[in-house]
Amino acid sequence: MIAPKAANAINNGPIPKPMLSDRLKLDFRRYKYVYLMAIPIIIWYIAFCYWPLAGNAIAFKIFKPKAGVWGSPWAGLKHFREFFGSYYFLRLLRNTVTISVYGIIFSFPAPILLALLINEVKQPRIKRTVQTITYLPYFISTIVICGMLVDFLKKDGVITSLLAALGMSNENYLMRNDTFRSIYILSGIWQNMGWNSIIYIAALSSIDQELYEAARIDGAGRLKQTIHVTMPGLMPTIMVLLIIRVGAVLNVGYEKIILLYNAANAETSDVISSFVYRRGILEANYSYTTAVDLFNSAISFALVIVTNQISKRQTEYGLW
Amino acid sequence: MKRSVSKGLSPQAIKPHHGSFQETQSEKAFHSFNLVLMLGLTLITIYPLLHVLFASFSDPGLLMKTKGLVLFPKGFNTRAYFVVFNNPDIVNGYVNTITYMVLGTCLSMALTILGAYVFSRSQAIWTKYLVFFAAFTMWFRPSMIPFFLTVSRDMGMKNTIWSMIIPRAVTTYNLMVLRTGFAQVPASLEESARIDGANDFTILFRIFVPLCVANLAVVTLFYMVANWNAWFDAMLFLNERSRFPLQLLLREILILNSTDSMLAASSVGQGDQVALGETIKYATIVIATLPILCVYPFIQKYFVKGVMIGAIKG
Repeated sequence: MIAPKAANAINNGPIPKPMLSDRLKLDFRRYKYVYLMAIPIIIWYIAFCYWPLAGNAIAFKIFKPKAGVWGSPWAGLKHFREFFGSYYFLRLLRNTVTISVYGIIFSFPAPILLALLINEVKQPRIKRTVQTITYLPYFISTIVICGMLVDFLKKDGVITSLLAALGMSNENYLMRNDTFRSIYILSGIWQNMGWNSIIYIAALSSIDQELYEAARIDGAGRLKQTIHVTMPGLMPTIMVLLIIRVGAVLNVGYEKIILLYNAANAETSDVISSFVYRRGILEANYSYTTAVDLFNSAISFALVIVTNQISKRQTEYGLW
Repeated sequence: MKRSVSKGLSPQAIKPHHGSFQETQSEKAFHSFNLVLMLGLTLITIYPLLHVLFASFSDPGLLMKTKGLVLFPKGFNTRAYFVVFNNPDIVNGYVNTITYMVLGTCLSMALTILGAYVFSRSQAIWTKYLVFFAAFTMWFRPSMIPFFLTVSRDMGMKNTIWSMIIPRAVTTYNLMVLRTGFAQVPASLEESARIDGANDFTILFRIFVPLCVANLAVVTLFYMVANWNAWFDAMLFLNERSRFPLQLLLREILILNSTDSMLAASSVGQGDQVALGETIKYATIVIATLPILCVYPFIQKYFVKGVMIGAIKG
């Protein structure tokens, strides 16, 4: 590679970098089939992601069914002001934030803990069985999960009877304000903990075994090894997943909430996305609810940026 | 000795890091405690599923009298399954779900394979912009209402089978999973094929697809499960009962609590109806969940490949 270049330098001076247009032409010739393959996916993304994103414009309009999204008159920030001033604003914000924060505090560490404990099991067969069974609930549909919750938590349901045997109430636990969050979080952990542990188990397996040897020679016990070798090894994975998780913080799994929502638990169960579904889809308040949803997205985005910054400063890991 | 395992490792292959060192007393205690904990956790995870299974085969009258745990079927009665399988709505829902799942998964895989190949061509100038174009939508998802308006008004898909197949055809996450798989195919294979005059289509289908069967299997499973379990879009876009997928009918039975239409056809007395209604719920859960759980063991060993994308590589 060096010789021809040197020869060129003597004969014609340094080769000029090819013109951008030439490079693009060459690239296009070489990769014409690749770009051909890209067409279907580009069309799909425009039609079902970017077109609806542009459709967020109705948040600043008054939607008229006949005029459609683009023909409707502008309304400025009217819908946002209406939402901030409404009775629902504080309740929705409080519920959304509370459920999300509980999710990060309880649901996020659960798979990490599970992965660490599974990793300590010495018998391969037991280990495999635990993994197989804990992954299973991930594949069960939201409808079935909620159907089971409704059935188990009703008066005289399995869980209700067990709790009653422990001296607690025998009433329907889904018809109460004070139990909804626990039900939501615990059922989420039950469903997702095993599946989410896979990535941590894989990360654990790639930690250099020599580090453990070295730690043992230095006299570190199991606990010390976990603190000084395992946790630092897991940190990059944990941080990347945490930032992703925080970004989705306000995208509370609305499917489950819509299914479990009822008038009796609305005070703690109603979150922004279930509100958008009720008011938007069921009552056709398209513009108003799109504004509510946009507010949700704006906060999520801000949270990702903040978490990423904090993470980069504290642990040197970040998404960008 | 250095172990260099990073990706594509099945969960079973992970070896514990126990050397020849003697265990201390407290470590032994911890391991016993850990085993008990794992056992408890496994039981808690599996019990709700077993409860549903046992209850579905139970005698409706006996089940009504049972409070608390069901550790084995109470009596034995398959009446609920007869009622469910003889219900035209459920059978129709099953057919719809399978139709949506097969067509949806085929379209999804076609788009995802092409897209993942494009995304793995990192030498092409436009690739990085295309990857950004797709990844952007992982953070900025279209919100519910504009998505609803796009599909139902602009695309005119309301109440059609297409609304179940096309709008959610591509999952960016799956695209990235497959791209990670494609990116690991050795470049030398591709180069020698090019020297033999192969174009990109040949390389994709003759080299990449056969070499990435494991990744393709996982992504296919993800799409199949997503299609099988989908109900929200069906609720948004379908108004005719005859087009409802199974999950939407399950919602009526389990959440909205209406087993009346089924019971009307089952010719049992008033008192028995309430009891039978309960077992019918359990039976519908079983028939709606079993197919997915049957595929699962075959594909489990590939799971690790399915969760590794881009930056997250342990």
